[in-house]
Amino acid sequence: MRLPKATASRSLPLLEAADAEYLMTTHQPPIIARTSPIAPALPPLRIGSFTLKSRLVVGTGKYRDYPTMQAAIEASGADCVTVAVRRERLVDAEGRSILDFLPLERLTILPNTAGCFTADDAVRVSRLGREILEQLGNPGAGWVKLEVLGDRTTLLPDPVGTLEACKELVKDGFTVLCYSSDDPIIAARLRDAGAASVMPAGSPIGSGRGIANPAAIRMVIDRLKLAEQGGSAEYPVIVDAGVGTASDIVHAMELGADGVLLNTGIAHAQDPVRMAHAMRLALDAGWHTARAGRIPRKLYANASSPWEGVITHIPGE
Amino acid sequence: MRIELNGQSKELDGPSTVAELLLALGLERAPCAVEVNAQLVRKALHPSHALAEGDRVEVVTLVGGG
Repeated sequence: MRLPKATASRSLPLLEAADAEYLMTTHQPPIIARTSPIAPALPPLRIGSFTLKSRLVVGTGKYRDYPTMQAAIEASGADCVTVAVRRERLVDAEGRSILDFLPLERLTILPNTAGCFTADDAVRVSRLGREILEQLGNPGAGWVKLEVLGDRTTLLPDPVGTLEACKELVKDGFTVLCYSSDDPIIAARLRDAGAASVMPAGSPIGSGRGIANPAAIRMVIDRLKLAEQGGSAEYPVIVDAGVGTASDIVHAMELGADGVLLNTGIAHAQDPVRMAHAMRLALDAGWHTARAGRIPRKLYANASSPWEGVITHIPGE
Repeated sequence: MRIELNGQSKELDGPSTVAELLLALGLERAPCAVEVNAQLVRKALHPSHALAEGDRVEVVTLVGGG
């Protein structure tokens, strides 16, 4: 009996072969011949009218205490942090505010709509966040990290609600950064609706599973950034959510992301401050790797030392 | 007058504006935003926005999040 083709070739590492295909056949980011020494600082990240020095954006939730959060933000090098909007605690109004631990003079605060499951709620929460940041005189009053979530179990984006809210917020003058599924079609729809950045999820929020579907993330990046797919190299794509460790950031950046947003991977590490430092280094490593042009993956070895002049017996020769 | 404040029923002594409510809560200088019946009330309008019986009021602030 003849075996179907797929079964016959099962001895090959299929996953690796598939991985190699999409990593090698896309063209983004372009590899530019370098004529000068490597600049120590990466170019700033531009999102709409906002400019960030660091391409790492960090969350402020889940820390065991505020001083640890403050030290971790410092170690991450981030100049933008995201915060949530919640009810004021009226019973314990004397408790210290997170704002006392955020150096507002050098941080741009990015209010988010975490916890919103409808477009209407996300618009309400966005306006409340803007109102507070206007009072604080922080530039973050002009933008929002839009999350419209589908359910509490997956925390995956509701693409319909996200698109609806995005349109409304753009109309209301917000610079909108959209948390999105890792789907190139909805990503393009959000961009077309006026999102200043699309932020595909690497994997579910807080899951630490890294880039669950690298091919999908690659397609989102290609769709938004490649001219031949109607994109623009300048359009910022930030991988948001799911980062569990530094290599996940390297992976996201290697796939062509412009930046990474994460919270739990730092906040719940055993040593959050050291992990924040590692994440910062990973972002730089991934950025340079993406532009250095990695070698193609091969199934078999390719000797680094010359065969010419060997004095040994080579098996089979 | 009874209102709903952050999801809890609250009895106010008499007619009150948003600004007076924040003062009573000790939040007049806190960085917070106020919604009445799901509509944002901008800070400049706090002194003139009178609360009415049954109003649903939300007083929110910024907290840690990702």
